[in-house]
This record gives sequence, structure tokens and C-alpha cells, in this order.
Amino acid sequence: MSFLKNHKKVERNATLLMVLSLGVVSIGGIVEIAPLFYLENTIEKVEGMRPYTPLELEGRNIYIREGCYTCHSQMIRPLRDEVERYGHYSLAVESVYDHPFQWGSKRTGPDLARVGARYSDEWHVDHLADPRSVVPESIMPTYGFLLNNKLKPEESKALLIANSRVGVPYTEEMIENAEADFKVQVDPDGDWEEMVARYPKAQVRNFDGQDELTEMDALVAYLQMLGTLVDFSTFQPEISR
Amino acid sequence: MRKKKMNDEDYPTTGHEWDGIREYDKPMPRWWLWTFYLTIVFSVGYVIAYPAIPLLKGATPGLLEYSSRGEVRENIELVNGQNAAIEAKLLATPLAEISADPELSRFATAGGGAVFRTYCAQCHGAGAQGFKGYPNLQDDDWLWGGNIESIALTVRHGIRHDADEDTRYSEMPKFGEILESEEIANLAQYVSLISGQEYDKAAAAQGKISFGDNCSSCHGDAGLGDVEQGAPNLADALWLYGGDVETVTESITNSRFGVMPAWQGRITEAQIKQVTFYVHQLGGGE
Repeated sequence: MSFLKNHKKVERNATLLMVLSLGVVSIGGIVEIAPLFYLENTIEKVEGMRPYTPLELEGRNIYIREGCYTCHSQMIRPLRDEVERYGHYSLAVESVYDHPFQWGSKRTGPDLARVGARYSDEWHVDHLADPRSVVPESIMPTYGFLLNNKLKPEESKALLIANSRVGVPYTEEMIENAEADFKVQVDPDGDWEEMVARYPKAQVRNFDGQDELTEMDALVAYLQMLGTLVDFSTFQPEISR
Repeated sequence: MRKKKMNDEDYPTTGHEWDGIREYDKPMPRWWLWTFYLTIVFSVGYVIAYPAIPLLKGATPGLLEYSSRGEVRENIELVNGQNAAIEAKLLATPLAEISADPELSRFATAGGGAVFRTYCAQCHGAGAQGFKGYPNLQDDDWLWGGNIESIALTVRHGIRHDADEDTRYSEMPKFGEILESEEIANLAQYVSLISGQEYDKAAAAQGKISFGDNCSSCHGDAGLGDVEQGAPNLADALWLYGGDVETVTESITNSRFGVMPAWQGRITEAQIKQVTFYVHQLGGGE
């Protein structure tokens, strides 16, 4: 145990102490984090996941901008009570196109991982504009101003490019048509077939009930798709993980 | 045996001295040290028993073969197993006959209440009291019928839920695009008349004619509504959006379409029966 005598050297050299502690701490990272990148079973193989449509992606930006994640999680834990209340526990693959993920860390409001298609668009608009009009006990702030904030569809192309640079597999075709796809998702009378072919299961509706394309449209479109993509009828959970 | 308690002066110091301040070189408290050793021993056992060390294909499974996903599945299966018998009985019993069996109706009410609070309370309210635009389920005013089979159909297929072919659908025209604003004002006065509110006699008389031409095919000649078409009763004091002249004018002008999601496929058949029974027994069921 004579090498322990050298401890004095470490204690008296700040740089050496820092380098060595970094080495010790990084062992934790190497053992716990690194395997997630090479283990094939980290991300489940499922059917139905696709990148966000341009409108949903814009809604996601608004979700982040307004700090929804501070009170709402998007992570259903594998516990019976959570599965009974919110639906199938969240899978890693469901966050695969999220940069950054929106798992959240605290639930002041309910989990939103599977809120999609659970309530009507009108409910979402009413509830975002004045939460207490439908849930009297709610302490959520009001977001009625979203109904007045107009969107800029021309910016969606840049948004898709930014996401493709961090690894979301948007195709050339998706990026080229970003602006058109953005607009057509709120126009059920438009030619939305191609958009839906590019983004299967995309919902086409006038989400906020107004003629203008507002931030409310984008946010409700995002909320209404949350957790609706994965086809759980074909999903076989691998119990060993 | 325990050594005689040492005085501070007896301990060695680290050898440093700063302005006359020296540092004792005392050992760690023994309880702390043993707890520390114990955690190391525990960790060895834990690594053997539980999933721990990442290898090339996956982590070591551990002797207990524990997995959080396996555990949640077991928990759910356990509860489902305990409920299996009564759930099978619920599925086999027609909706109308559930109330005859006290045990079954207790099961349906409790389970239906849980389903209601999870999925329905956001719109209809925790007490099913409803809000503006979201129907009260406790009163006996039903848009689409309040007998138990009608409620089940609504729960199953929703209202104006496009993704479900069998959804309930009605669409009142936007009369703002069809009628003059004066005619709409007259109609609103007539609605005030039949619903027992204050009204303008001359305007209501005009409105009555207009009502016969435009509204009675769905709402009925007397404005009593038609549950077959989801046309609300206009002659009672219960309103979904409001019965004052201003709100009624708005409803006639722009029309209103509430949407309720279809729950078939999202919740189980047993849950549909439970929540239907729960809503039916709230007070308004026919």
C-alpha cells in the first residue's frame, strides 16, 4: 500500500487532482451512458414512428418556448398506476426525433406523452385560452395570446434543416415542401394527400377554428399527435431490458 | 475491548501548521466506516442479483432476472387476474341488466368512476357537471339520448369524431350565411319565447314563421329537439352554450359543433361498459 503515500502529491497539485478526479467521474459515464449508444436494444423496433410535420415541429417549439415542460412531463413510467392512467409506458424510440427530448422532471400538471386524440381541438383551445373554464381547480397560466400570434410558414424550411443537421432524417423532399406542408395541415380542403404520404398519420384540420394560421394551430397540432404514432398492436416488449 | 477514551491532545496531527493552527489526524468514525464497507458488500450482491454490467449485446440480467417492464406487466396481470371473473360477467351481461346485480353494479360504478375521472372529467368536469360547450351529464337533457344504449354508442363512437365511421354526426348550417341578420334576431326572440324567457312580441311572431321554415325539421315544430339527429331541445331552461339572446344569436349565426373523441379501441370493452353505466347512474339516465 505504499502507493497511497503518493496521495500527498495529488493533494498538493490542483491540476493533477482535477485530471484524476475527472478520470474517476468519467468511469461512471462510460459504464452507464456509453453502452446506450452501442447496445442495439436501447431503441425499440416499432412501427409508426416518423419525424414531426413542419406544423407539429413549430408547435413543439412553442411548447418549449412557453416552458410547458416545467410542469408537464412526457414520460410515462413503467408503473401500473401510470400505465392505467396515461396508457402504455413511454418507449425510448418515441423520443428519437426530439431535440431536445421533453421528458420533463416534474408533474404539476398531468403527463402529456399520450394526450394526442384524447380530447377535442375545441377543448384544447378553450383550455389553453382559459384553463379554469373547463378545469376549475387548474393552476395553469392562460395562453389565449397564442390565438393572436400569426405564424411564419416560410421559416419552417429552416427549422427542418436545423433538425436534419442534428440527426432527424428529413428527406430532401420533406425539406423542399416544408412551407407547403406547413400550410396544408390546417386546410382540410387543400391537397394534403402528399403531405400525409410524407408524414403518415398526420392529422389535417383547422385546429384552432380560426381562419388565420396562428400559434394555437401549431401547438394544438403538436398536442394532438403526441403518443399517437407508435402502433402498439405490433409492438412486442423485450422483457430482458 | 474499547480503548480508554483518548484526549484530543493525544492524537497525532497532520504535521501542518498555519499561524499556529494545527490539524488533528483523527480516524473516521467507526459507524461511518462500517456503513461504507457494508455498502460495498451490498453492491456486490446487487450486481449479482440485478441487471448491472453492460456487455456487448446487453447488460448482465442478474440472477433474479428483474426488469421494470416485466414487473409492470406482472402487476397489471395480477390485477386483471383478480378482476377476470367479474369482468367476464360484466362483458356477458347486457347493459340494461347490470343494475339488477348489486355486485356487478358496484364493480361497474367504481371502475366507471375511475375511467370517467381519467378520460372524461377534463371536458365534462370532475362531477360531470359540464361547462359551456361541454354537456352536463347529470341533468335529464340529452342531445343524443340518455338511455343506456345511447350513452354506450356515444362513448364508443364519439361525436363528430372524423376517424370513426359510426360517429354521431349532425351539422347545423351557419345561418349567418343564409339568413338576414334581422331574421336571425327574430329567431332569437322566438327561441326566448319558447324557452320561457322575456321576448319581443312582434319579432317573435316573425321568428316563429322563420323557425318553421328553417329550424323545425331538426328541432321540431315546438322546438323540443330530436335526439335522433342530435338536435337540442330549445324549449327548456338547459343550455349548452347559453340561452340569452346574444348567445343564441351567435349560435344561429355561426353554428356550433362540439366534438367528442371515440373511445372504442382506446379503452377496453369492459371499461366502455363501466363508464356507460357510471354516467347512466349519475342521475340523468333514462
